[in-house]
Amino acid sequence: MRARLARPGGWDVIVVGGGNAGLCAALEAAERGSRVLVLEAAPPPYRGGNSRHTRNIRLRHEGPLGPLDGSYGEEEFFADLLAVTKGKTDEQLARLVIRRSSECLSWMRRQGVAFQPSLTGTLSLSRTNAFFLGGGKALLNAYYNRAAALGVEVAYETPVRHVVIEKWRFRAVEVESEGRRQVLEARAVVLAAGGFEADLAKLERGWGPSARNFLIRGTPYNRGEVLDDLLAQGARSVGDPTQCHCVAIDGRAPKWDGGIATRLDCVPFGIVVNRAGERFYDEGEEVWPKRYAIWGRLVAMQPGQIAFAIVDAESRELFMPSIYPPIRAHTIDELARRLDLPADRLAETVARFNAACRPGRFHPTEPDGLATVGLDPPKSNWARPIRTPPFEAYPLRPGVTFTYLGLAVDERARVQGPDGPFEGVYAAGEIMAGSILGEGYLAGFGMTIGTVFGRIAGGEAAARARAA
Amino acid sequence: MPALPELGAALAEARRELEICNACRYCEGYCAVFPAMTLHRAFEDGTLLQLANLCHGCRACFYACQYAPPHEFAVNLPRALAELRAASWESLVPPPPFARLVQRRAEATVALVVGALAAMLAALFALRPESGVGFYAHLSHGAMVAIFLPAFVAPLLLLAVALRRYWRLVEGRPIRLHHLVTALRDAATLANLRGGAQEGCQFEAGDRPSNARRWAHGLVLWGFLLCFASTSLATVMHYGFDWPAPYGFWTPPKLLGVPGGILMVVGGIALILLARRADPDLGSPAHRGGDAAFRLLVVAVPGSGLLLWAATGTRLVAPLLALHLATVLAFFLAIPYSRMAHAPFRLAALLRDVQEREASGRRR
Repeated sequence: MRARLARPGGWDVIVVGGGNAGLCAALEAAERGSRVLVLEAAPPPYRGGNSRHTRNIRLRHEGPLGPLDGSYGEEEFFADLLAVTKGKTDEQLARLVIRRSSECLSWMRRQGVAFQPSLTGTLSLSRTNAFFLGGGKALLNAYYNRAAALGVEVAYETPVRHVVIEKWRFRAVEVESEGRRQVLEARAVVLAAGGFEADLAKLERGWGPSARNFLIRGTPYNRGEVLDDLLAQGARSVGDPTQCHCVAIDGRAPKWDGGIATRLDCVPFGIVVNRAGERFYDEGEEVWPKRYAIWGRLVAMQPGQIAFAIVDAESRELFMPSIYPPIRAHTIDELARRLDLPADRLAETVARFNAACRPGRFHPTEPDGLATVGLDPPKSNWARPIRTPPFEAYPLRPGVTFTYLGLAVDERARVQGPDGPFEGVYAAGEIMAGSILGEGYLAGFGMTIGTVFGRIAGGEAAARARAA
Repeated sequence: MPALPELGAALAEARRELEICNACRYCEGYCAVFPAMTLHRAFEDGTLLQLANLCHGCRACFYACQYAPPHEFAVNLPRALAELRAASWESLVPPPPFARLVQRRAEATVALVVGALAAMLAALFALRPESGVGFYAHLSHGAMVAIFLPAFVAPLLLLAVALRRYWRLVEGRPIRLHHLVTALRDAATLANLRGGAQEGCQFEAGDRPSNARRWAHGLVLWGFLLCFASTSLATVMHYGFDWPAPYGFWTPPKLLGVPGGILMVVGGIALILLARRADPDLGSPAHRGGDAAFRLLVVAVPGSGLLLWAATGTRLVAPLLALHLATVLAFFLAIPYSRMAHAPFRLAALLRDVQEREASGRRR
């Protein structure tokens, strides 16, 4: 699939990155008459960055809308964002995204995206999040097909090595294509190349050598090169450079791109021990999705960045199945051998935990107050003794979803230099999401930021190209 | 010679892929397979057979799959289920070696047609009646019944045996009228080829959904049913009302049979063209030849019938009659051993699915 990198008359808009935000920018610009080139670092099967792994988008709506029940107003949406970010958000940009998210559904449908009712096990999201039929890759396919219909050119396996900016004004991008460097000029550029979570060396800056043991849940192509290049040229950054969003996933998952199927939500139904066979945190503290988000960090801080969730026969069917079979044994001793844990310690940990459990009503889907007594750390909900064989264990490792460091933008998606915006440089998606999502995560909100800012960036870039 | 893949390997691959699907579930909105899948935590052989036969091969899940090759999970569910599906018919319909031959080798279908043609020509020469009108001038009604009644009944009996075995393997319950109504409605409208958003399947144009295949298949299905109704009605007219063939155009058998034949020819040709554009890696490679030959047969049966009708009164009637009867004979004989087996097995799977949904208390 060879694309034309040169175009008679030049390109109006070059979009760096072929994920959700990049495609939204490309479609918006092309609909306004721009000649658009999308540069995608990945080959076709892996196009789309982390959007490949997404499944829904969080949208404001004032009444039932398409697949969405009820209503989800700006204030409630913003309050949800404040809660997960603990205030680390730019209120003006956040409210802009939230407000304009209500236009997304009809726009996406017009581009060919299909929706479906929320998936089993996600009923809690049926009011706030619209699910893509088939998930993120199907959404990307629809966008790429629409882009082809609008005459947008897409160059695959074409990473951008440098963005040429002279006197705060965009000139060109330097790409690598088939082993050769090429300079591609355009009137405006939209940077939508994601974060740097796939570059373990950069993660080490924040996490030390333990980052080597992290698994990367998404694309191996998000290496932060474009982000670094802009920061080196004086772009203002947002977000904590040392932080990443990290969840506990099945420790047997592939190093890259394991996506949703490697998630494992068995923590609350048993105990979690580290390599020394000891518990280290309250497994019953939080409900999903908050629980999901804190356990990546907790496992990352354990020796070897590994932990083991242990359940018994009474709990093993309470959570979604993993793609990997549980490690099973008929005694705790045998289980310890299988997991290569000190058997005495594990037996003692389980015995102490079991002794601290109290009778009471167990309710798997909500906090039930069934807590341990006199145990440190405690288990404050769903505490039932681990006593019915077979016993099953799953290894857990930290799985990195995305990073927070990004480019500062204004409400027109213009990338900010030290003294104001660069001319003709726009950003959308994960590369600028740190402005709005400075900490934590809100399901489907990354897609909201990408779609709203992708469209803003594409529209602004097209307007600039027309004026030039 | 390498051994034919065992059902065991097909089951193992389907199980491996469905365990990944069951941890992902992004495809739930496409068809009946995924909601049925989520009712299970572990996949017994019977469950896998049921899911494979419930799959209509719309391929939408493949193009949406983040784990499709070259990803190391290598999920290609349309292919895994197509291979298991065809393998399941091969082992359920007796005798399996013959089923494997016709399913996998285009030459087997060709040989079946050639053999049937030779038999028909022999019959035309040897059994040429003293008198008779229309095509009965060439082969008497009695001779036709003598040939076709067993050729029609025997495959149906074999299918019945196979379906009984299937029903036991998938742990089917007694069938009630409303199960049948729902399953027949889904079959008649090819509901599972709609692709979740009514945009159709993703068959001939890569990841672009299209309803072309659903329409083409619908033409063949309804054309086949019209032809079947035509033949049934003619039988009733022959025995019940003493009104034997030949029938003029404005008679029930022709009014049903001619449009039916045209629908089958048009739909069948469309299916052949669509299959040529589809990605072969998403189906069962071992069954490509057999499937292609069967699609040709689906066009040849009504095509030769229409030609025979058009040739009425000419010298071409005798050879065309032989050809038409030969294709019909080959078609009947091939029903349990070819792609045609998908129809009864699919209906059984749809029935079982209604029952499973009902048992789980899930609406659709």
